Amino acid sequence: MPDSMTAAVSAPRGPESGAGGGLRRLARRRSTIAFLMTLPLICVIVGLVAYPAAYAVYLSTLNRRMDGFAGLLQFEILVDNETFWLVVWQSCLFAISAVLAKALIGFWLAHMLHHIPTKGQRKWRGMLLIPWVIPPALSTLGWWWMYDPTYSSLNWILAIFAVPAVPWLGEPWWARISVIMVNVWYGAPFFMIMYLAALKSVPEQLYEAAAIDGATSWQRLRHITLPMMQNIISITVLFSLIVTFANYDIVRVLTNGGPRDLTHVFATYAFQVGILSGNIPRGAAVSLFMLPALAVFAYFILRGVNRRNREMA
Amino acid sequence: MAQVTLRKIVKEYEGGVQAVKGIDLDIADHEFVVLVGPSGCGKSTTLRMIAGLEEISGGDIMIGGSVVNDVPPRDRDIAMVFQNYALYPHMSVFDNMAFGLMLRKFPKDEIKRRVDNAARILDIVPLLERKPKALSGGQRQRVAMGRAIVRAPKVFLFDEPLSNLDAKLRVQMRTEIKKVHQTVRTTTIYVTHDQVEAMTLADRVVVMNHGIIEQVGPPQELYHNPATRFVAGFIGSPAMNFLPARVENDRVHLHGDAWLPIPEARRARYASAVGRDLLFGIRPEHLTDQRLGLPNRADILITPEVIEPMGMETLVHFHLGEARDCCARIEPTVHAAPGEPILLTADMNNMHLLDAATGRVL
Repeated sequence: MPDSMTAAVSAPRGPESGAGGGLRRLARRRSTIAFLMTLPLICVIVGLVAYPAAYAVYLSTLNRRMDGFAGLLQFEILVDNETFWLVVWQSCLFAISAVLAKALIGFWLAHMLHHIPTKGQRKWRGMLLIPWVIPPALSTLGWWWMYDPTYSSLNWILAIFAVPAVPWLGEPWWARISVIMVNVWYGAPFFMIMYLAALKSVPEQLYEAAAIDGATSWQRLRHITLPMMQNIISITVLFSLIVTFANYDIVRVLTNGGPRDLTHVFATYAFQVGILSGNIPRGAAVSLFMLPALAVFAYFILRGVNRRNREMA
Repeated sequence: MAQVTLRKIVKEYEGGVQAVKGIDLDIADHEFVVLVGPSGCGKSTTLRMIAGLEEISGGDIMIGGSVVNDVPPRDRDIAMVFQNYALYPHMSVFDNMAFGLMLRKFPKDEIKRRVDNAARILDIVPLLERKPKALSGGQRQRVAMGRAIVRAPKVFLFDEPLSNLDAKLRVQMRTEIKKVHQTVRTTTIYVTHDQVEAMTLADRVVVMNHGIIEQVGPPQELYHNPATRFVAGFIGSPAMNFLPARVENDRVHLHGDAWLPIPEARRARYASAVGRDLLFGIRPEHLTDQRLGLPNRADILITPEVIEPMGMETLVHFHLGEARDCCARIEPTVHAAPGEPILLTADMNNMHLLDAATGRVL
């Protein structure tokens, strides 16, 4: 009897047995299926993000002739370069002021849209999104014409009110402001649409409860709307800050970094140093310079978002 | 003093749809009034108009003797408990309860004293530092009530506060709400579609249907003396049985050839109804297997279709003549089986006769 049981247990288990059965089981596992389904995206990310990023890091460690390892030499040279610090300052000014303006204007527009009836809201939403859907290189060209010192429509309007013509792109501070204005014009609709979605997700009953609790409209905004939108605001600001720091096309089309390098941002300066001047390792170092700061910033923002998600969702 | 008075209140939406059609209601100070009715009857709209969350299309609302038609919610000195609790998810339980007091610039120690006191009444002291997400449905509802209590307002408004809770918790919270009202004695207006909640909580029940008030009265009054077919059918579970009937020779003739004697005390009352199309109304508990030992009883032979043993009683479902879905309550010890005829006894002292055309109880 024990012999026959042993025989039954150790008998071959048919077609599922062996390596073939193991593979089939592996293919049926949820984690395997999930991996296979995300594989195309992983390939795209590795090919278009991870590889270029790693290659940029590698390039930044080479010497100018790109025939030897130079360690952090390119970064050391940049730290001692006065123009580079001007670029750092300008990039921060450009990104922070543009993101702040986009966030404020986006929030204001979203609030306006949220309070108009659904039918009219669709039309306005569509119109207000136009700047964001036009390719920025093209729309910036339009702005470039509007900023033209002689034939500028902006200066023409100012002339009607007897205001002297403004050298929009010719004078450093005006050029900086002009570049920021175009970036705000282009990016505010993105904030608007994100904030509008966030506003719509705040339950109406919270406002009603607050109104009964005694809150004025300002207090409802401060104590209900803003805290409830905090995650969307944080993520939108983070996303926009990263994209705005990396902005290239607006500055390239409007000022090309001029006058006298006074409107350069990281991307345009990296292009000028790396491509136009042929110093690719230095250009790579410029483009990588803000990475650690942005990574730390992103870490803290996302940590806050996760914490609030855990507490509130 | 916090009486609430509604005078000819109308709520009309775009397109001329009237949700509330000119209702009048007087609610006394300290009273617990429940507005009850089916979905779309206008009860929540009425409550929201009292709260100031809906504009009124006509009439006057008075709180404490003052007309508040154009007074914003924050200045009406009311507190409201919502169906979905409406707790602020980013605030702790303490902050949720303290929010209204903080906005009204109460001193910090007074806020703490009031919140602690309300938390003790509601037994939520250990939860004060938690966020709403970390609370169960019942705990959230207590916090929502705490938020109302701390303000010590003139009027509490409850908008179906127990609808999101499971059956057991609902019963428990119902008792809590009653206890709280007995403690703080604030005038309370409570909206529900659950007639059991209405009956158990209210000093007076207001039954609404299609934007009008069908009847107002204490729960027992509504139960025993309903004014209309709607009230008679809405109050009580299982619902009252309605059978087509006529009055002939001091007897009720049910379609289906049953003849039931009318108690002597009621004969004069029904004299004018002779020959008219009527409905005979009787509650399941007045249609039982028991020999009542009363002079005014009548036997009806029925054939059960469905038997529902409930433990403390058994519900027998049957049809009688044209009336489908009739129900009787019998003792659980009595044998009843589908298809086996059984003799029921109608307590004619508790019968109702209704005009079939108008639905009014005679």
